[in-house]
Amino acid sequence: MFAYIARRLVATIPVMAIVAVLVFAMLRLTPGDPASIIAGAAATSQDVAEIRTRLGLDRPIVTQFFIWIGHLLRGDLGESFFFKKQVADLVLDRVGPTVALSTMTILWSVLVAVPLGVVAAWKQGSWIDRVVMGFSVLGFSVPVFVIGYVLIYVFAVKLSWLPVQGYQPLRDGFGGFVGHLVLPTLTLSVIYIALIARITRTSVLEVLSEDYIRTAHAKGLPNRIVLMHHALRNAAVPIVTIIGIGIALLVGGVVITESVFSIPGLGRLTVDAVLARDYPTVQAVILLFSLVYVLLNLVVDVTYTFLDPRIRY
Amino acid sequence: MVLGVAVLFVICAMAIAAPWLTEFDPSAIDPVARNKTPGSVATVRADDGSTREARHWMGTDSLGRDISSRVVYGARVSLIVGVSVAVLSVTAGLAVGLVTGYLRWLDGVVMRVMDGLMAIPAILLAIALVSLSSAGLVAVIVAIAVPQVPQIVRLVRSVVLSVREEPYVEAAISVGTPTLPLMARHILPNTLPPLIVQATYICATAILIEALLSFLGVGIPPETPTWGNIMAEGRTLFRVYPHSVFYPGVFLSLTVLAVNLLGDGLRDTLDPRMRKRL
Repeated sequence: MFAYIARRLVATIPVMAIVAVLVFAMLRLTPGDPASIIAGAAATSQDVAEIRTRLGLDRPIVTQFFIWIGHLLRGDLGESFFFKKQVADLVLDRVGPTVALSTMTILWSVLVAVPLGVVAAWKQGSWIDRVVMGFSVLGFSVPVFVIGYVLIYVFAVKLSWLPVQGYQPLRDGFGGFVGHLVLPTLTLSVIYIALIARITRTSVLEVLSEDYIRTAHAKGLPNRIVLMHHALRNAAVPIVTIIGIGIALLVGGVVITESVFSIPGLGRLTVDAVLARDYPTVQAVILLFSLVYVLLNLVVDVTYTFLDPRIRY
Repeated sequence: MVLGVAVLFVICAMAIAAPWLTEFDPSAIDPVARNKTPGSVATVRADDGSTREARHWMGTDSLGRDISSRVVYGARVSLIVGVSVAVLSVTAGLAVGLVTGYLRWLDGVVMRVMDGLMAIPAILLAIALVSLSSAGLVAVIVAIAVPQVPQIVRLVRSVVLSVREEPYVEAAISVGTPTLPLMARHILPNTLPPLIVQATYICATAILIEALLSFLGVGIPPETPTWGNIMAEGRTLFRVYPHSVFYPGVFLSLTVLAVNLLGDGLRDTLDPRMRKRL
C-alpha cells in the first residue's frame, strides 16, 4: 500500500514536468510582451528594454525555462510582474477563500447528489427519477455565471436574505463567513451535483440487478439497509472516481464563481493575472491547480482499497 | 432528442435570418435609449430620413444598444464557435489518436503529453491560451479546442487498440494491405460512432466556454455581439437592470441544453454500449 502510494507519487513527477513545460511554452510562445505592459503606455523603448533585462526576458527561452524550474524546485515561485509581490505570498493570501468555497461545494454536492442518485436508481422510471435526470441535463447546460446571477437576483436583490457579493474570512465571525459563501456554493455545486447524481444513478442501477441484492431483499431486509449497505457500498468506486475527475470541472467553476461573486480567491487571481500577462503568477496558479488535481486523484485511487477490499495495490 | 433538434433548428434559423429578424443594428449606440426596460418603444431614423416606431423587445444595454438584436446576432458566434471547435478538436484528436494507436513507439510519448494536457483544467487552459494571443474568433476557437483534444485522442486510441487485434484487421494485414488504406478502410469507420457523439458534447462545452471567456472579458472583443459579451456588459448594472443578463443567459442555456439532448439521443442510437458508461 505504502509502496503503491510512493510509486504513484513518483509517477506524478513526469506528469507535472510535462505540465510545467506546456505551461511555460504556452505562455512564452504566444504574442504579447509583458515588459511593455508593465512599462505602461508612456514608456520609452529604453524603459521597456530595461524592464526586460531586469525580468530576465532577454535571455534565450531555454535558459529562462531552466532558471524558472531551478527556482521552482527550491520553492521560489518568482515575483509577480504585476502585483510586485512574491508569487508564493500572493497565492497564500488568496488560497483561503478558494479552499473554503471548494470544500463547502464538494461537501454539499456529495451530500445532495449521492442520495438523489440512489433514489433515482431505486425508483427508476418514476417521476423522481425523471426530475433528477432532468436536473442533471439542465445542470450541464446552464452556465455557472447564469446560475450565479439568478441566485443573486432572487436571494440577495429581491429577498435580501443573503449578501450580494464579497467574502468574509472565518476569523471575522462564523455567520458572515457562511452567509457570504452560501450563494457561491449553491452556484458552483449545480454542475457538480448533476455529474455525481448521474454517475451514482448509473452505478447503483448496475448493482441493483445483482443476485446479492435479490438475496438481501429475500432475507426481508428493509429497503434502506439494502440500498445503503448492499447497493451503495458496491457502487462506490465509480462514484468516488467521478468526484475526483469532477475536480477539474470545479476548478473551472471556481474561476467564474469568484468573478461573479467578487471573492478574492485563486480563481479571481488567475483572471487578473492573465489579463495583466503576469507570467510568473499564471504559471504558478496553473501548476498549483494541476498539482492539486493530480494529487486529489491519487487520493481517490487510494480510497478504492477502503471501499472495495478486492482492490489491492 | 426531437426537442433538442427542434430547438437547435430554431436557433440556427434565427442566426441565419438575423438581419431580417432585427429592427435595430446590433452595434448601433443610442445615448438617448440607454437601459430601456424590455418592451419599450423607440423611434428609429432610417437612412432616407423617415422615422418609424420599433420596439426593444428585450430592452437596451447601458450604451443604448438593442439587446434583442444583439442576442439574435450572438447566436451566430455561439454556433460558429461550437461547430468549429467540435470539428477542429475531433480532426486533430482523430489524426493523433490513429497514429499513436497504430505506431507503438510513438504511443508512450504522445500519451504522456496528453496526460499533462489533461491535468490542466480545461477552462483554465482556454483562458490562458486565448488571453495570451490576440483576441479574436480564431484564437478563441483554437484555445477552446486544444484542451478538448486529449480526450478525443484517448477515445480514438482505445478503439484502435481493440480493433487492431480483430481477425479482419489481421487478415487485411496478411493480404498485404498498405497501412494507409488499412487505417482508412478498416480502422477509421469503427471510431466514427463514438466520435460523433463526443463531438456533440464538445460542441456544447465549446459554446459554454466561449460565453464564459467573453463574460470574463478575455474572449471575443466586447463590441461584437456574443451572448457572453452582452452579459459581461450587463453585469455592472445587473441589480437594477437584470434583463441584459437574463435574456442572453436563457438563450445560451437553451442552446447548450438542445445540443446536449441531441448528444444523448445520438449516443443512445449510435452507440448503445456507451449508454451504460454515463
